[in-house]
Amino acid sequence: MKQSMIRKTIRVLFGAALLTAVCSGSLFAADTIKLGIAGAHSGDLASYGLPTVKAAELVVKEINAKGGVLGRQVELLTEDDVCKPEVAANTGTKLVSKGVHAIIGHICSGATKAALGIYKDAKLIAVSPSATNPELTQSGQYPNFYRTIASDDAQARLEVDFTIGTLKAKKIAVLHDKGDYGKGLAEYAKKFAEDSKKASVVLFEGITPGAVDYSAVVQKIKRSGAEAVIYGGYHPEASSIVSQMRKRGMKTHFISDDGVKDDTFIKVAGKYAEGVYATGPKDTTKNPLAIAAIEAHKKAYGSDPGAFFLNGYAATQAILNAIEKAGSTDYAAVGKALQNEFVETPLGKIRFDKRGDAIGVGFSMYQVRKGVYVEVK
Amino acid sequence: MEYFLELLLGGLTRGSIYALIALGYTMVYGIIELINFAHGEIYMIGAFTALIVASVLTMSGMTGLSVLILASVVAVLYAAAYGFTVEKIAYKPLRQAPRLSPLISAIGMSIFLQNYVLIAQTSDFLPFPNLIPDLPFMEPYAHIMGSTELVIVLTTTVVTVILTLFIKFTRIGKAMRATAQDRGMAMLAGVNVNRVISNTFIIGSALAAIGGVLIASHIGRINFYIGFLAGIKAFTAAVLGGIGSIPGAVLGGLILGWTESFATGYVSSDYEDVFAFCLLVLILIFRPAGLLGRSTIQKV
Repeated sequence: MKQSMIRKTIRVLFGAALLTAVCSGSLFAADTIKLGIAGAHSGDLASYGLPTVKAAELVVKEINAKGGVLGRQVELLTEDDVCKPEVAANTGTKLVSKGVHAIIGHICSGATKAALGIYKDAKLIAVSPSATNPELTQSGQYPNFYRTIASDDAQARLEVDFTIGTLKAKKIAVLHDKGDYGKGLAEYAKKFAEDSKKASVVLFEGITPGAVDYSAVVQKIKRSGAEAVIYGGYHPEASSIVSQMRKRGMKTHFISDDGVKDDTFIKVAGKYAEGVYATGPKDTTKNPLAIAAIEAHKKAYGSDPGAFFLNGYAATQAILNAIEKAGSTDYAAVGKALQNEFVETPLGKIRFDKRGDAIGVGFSMYQVRKGVYVEVK
Repeated sequence: MEYFLELLLGGLTRGSIYALIALGYTMVYGIIELINFAHGEIYMIGAFTALIVASVLTMSGMTGLSVLILASVVAVLYAAAYGFTVEKIAYKPLRQAPRLSPLISAIGMSIFLQNYVLIAQTSDFLPFPNLIPDLPFMEPYAHIMGSTELVIVLTTTVVTVILTLFIKFTRIGKAMRATAQDRGMAMLAGVNVNRVISNTFIIGSALAAIGGVLIASHIGRINFYIGFLAGIKAFTAAVLGGIGSIPGAVLGGLILGWTESFATGYVSSDYEDVFAFCLLVLILIFRPAGLLGRSTIQKV
């Protein structure tokens, strides 16, 4: 009896403490704009999450020094999800209860998915610097989700758009090397090509990596009448297939991925490499903002930035810019601003499409011309 | 029909490639009943030697056929020396040991040679120049069969014929057959068994080097690992045809090549290996010694 009384008292006290915490949180909200930074900040994958924290700190420091956003200072609240979906749900709830206005994160796709529902219910926008799972934007389930990294299928999308749009190919052969990377890309390419209804996939096959001869599959491509080959895989097999195609006098276009956008490919395939297309990450090394951001990191932390630093930097800039342009932290207004207003970031000038993928981030098409990969504009 | 013909020729090339390497496996097995796992590595070393020699010769201004011949000769000599040395170091001391010991020694040699080339050369793929000049009379047929393919098929044919005649009619050939049948008896009859075994390794390695030069020209790239991948298929071909039998190695290689080519052409290249190995299993169920292998009665 007595014990249960004590328990009750403790519960009441605890509840009261929580309540005050929430209240004080909402009291503060009027003064600052709160950004939640969620991601893996400890554990195995901390190296993926921490650079984004540092990027956000650098951006916020600079913006606060200039007077903040909408005349209010920006405050960062970091929460760790150790990249685990079950923890991420708690992380999300915690950030929501602390009254954040938007979230940078999460880092891992699984954890992001687990937390997004919570943010959606609370009408909060989340911008991830690193979650690449295509579903996150394409399922349409998370209208509150944006990202400053290209999704896993972006290369396949670019390959197909280029093949159908620029090369005007109507019949496409899709090949892969049966590996996770190559097959995954090839399956997306097949799906996109079929969905476009402008071209048909006349051949879809996995080849055996390391085989001594690819003449049978090359004959098959020829017989299929394909005008373009999209290949998912790495350069050793690509160079063999291209060489055998060209030796047989086939002028079929060859389009591949960043596993082939490698100088070894040009070295090995030699003259047969000429004219081959390959997608590769956009070059950011010449962007002055990227150079400045990396310099600032070196100055503040005395080291080179880690993974997804520039993506984290861009995500923070994008959300703060959208709040500024929207004139408030209102969910609908900020979402509209993210989709309509361009922002200068280390990744280039970006805005987001309706699904939440950044336009202007990700991959470019390159072509081998006179022995070097040249970006196709 | 034209498609069928193209696949047939493609399979013939592929089969000849397997056969050329399988000959080395089968010869060594015939003599000392050892699966020489390092054979694939000798093939790889032959290709590397040819690449180095060819690069040097090309830089000094030589072109065409002379590069091919010189590079091949050096590769053959170098690979033969390797084969000879490998046998002396890794297999000869184990001649009286249980059969498992030289087998493990062979696997060790294979790993050693791979890593040796990896460290001494590079882990990257290197471009291999096409040393085989384009034959002008093949030009109209280039869309079905290139000059390189033709040269590979012809070489395999010539090598097989010479090898068969050599084993049948020369003194060394006779000594090899005697050693294969009964090593102890051959020794008693005055055959220098050690020399016969050395010769076998030298011939097998020389063939591997020829294969290395031609196949690398065909594929256009080499790295330290090509011997392993080609070796597995060639070994399969040797078993398929009946390990120990020279016509068997060629037949096994061709059947494997055609199976893969037609499986790719008419079904899907996804199942290329599946068909190849299903065929192997089937043949071994009905003919455990392989197509042309002799099933020897175990001596009790």
